[in-house]
Amino acid sequence: MNYDPYLFLVVFLGVAIAFALVPLGLARLWAIKYSPPKPGEQKQAIYECGLESKGNAAIQFKSEYYIYAIVFLIFDVETIFLLPFAVAFLNLSFGAFMAMMVFVLLLVEGLVWAWMKGVLTWK
Amino acid sequence: MDEGLRSELSKQGVFTTTIEGLYNWGRRNSVWPLQFGLACCAIEMIATTMARYDLARFGAEVFRPSPRQADLMIVAGTVTKKMAPQVVRLYNQMPEPKYVIAMGACAISGGPFKQGYNVLKGIDRYLPVDVHIPGCPPRPEALIHAFMTLQRTIDSQRLTGPGRPRHLDAAAGSEFPVPQFGEHDLVPPSNPEIWQPPQLTRAK
Repeated sequence: MNYDPYLFLVVFLGVAIAFALVPLGLARLWAIKYSPPKPGEQKQAIYECGLESKGNAAIQFKSEYYIYAIVFLIFDVETIFLLPFAVAFLNLSFGAFMAMMVFVLLLVEGLVWAWMKGVLTWK
Repeated sequence: MDEGLRSELSKQGVFTTTIEGLYNWGRRNSVWPLQFGLACCAIEMIATTMARYDLARFGAEVFRPSPRQADLMIVAGTVTKKMAPQVVRLYNQMPEPKYVIAMGACAISGGPFKQGYNVLKGIDRYLPVDVHIPGCPPRPEALIHAFMTLQRTIDSQRLTGPGRPRHLDAAAGSEFPVPQFGEHDLVPPSNPEIWQPPQLTRAK
């Protein structure tokens, strides 16, 4: 009989889904049979060290933190993409090299911005 | 199950238990306290978690900073009337099952500062306390003894039936009223469902 190489993956997928769903189902059965949920207004209130909290706890993300996002892109995400570029550097065509240079140029613009803003010097 | 049968089976290597026993065993061996030290008893509580009087061997090493992840509130120290609403609100924010240990004389009844104008004379005026530990401060061994008493209490709790604890009973309330600041005192000065002032009978 021909052994299908994808059979293992199907079984693995089924077991993985069951592994996640069976404990959730058991917890729901336990809640129905023995331990019903008891929500309360104060039990679900926002935590503020025992004080009453005014307003919503989910505040909007501040746009002043954009420079952190730029520096992270340059020094982490670009580095990861440069690794396969470095491995395949000698076998690339000119067109691929130019596409990669456009990518690096975009991120070098961010690096120049951060450099001129002075965030890379340690005071 | 018959105790004789159970011991015979365990000698042969067969271990039997009940769902209730397993549930309580899991709960008693992983009681996570809430980080709630108020005064000097907190130092003894911290000493109990350190190397010499290790509380980690009871499963209570992780003191949670958030009430949402805690089972047990060790009220360690004097509770002032300014702090009392926050204590009750934090207790209400803990998910059930939850337990309270009143550690030290101040948490039981106001302690050596009982004549203070701002001292709450015992946290059991507002919260249902499971274990009281006398002492000023109680030694770490006393806190460990209280912890073991709490574990025995958890072991004896039923899973079904009329004697089951509050967290399994959907009809029982889950929140306790938070006292407000009145003009001279907290309003209400105590929770009448939980605490009644001791009746004094005077000799004639």
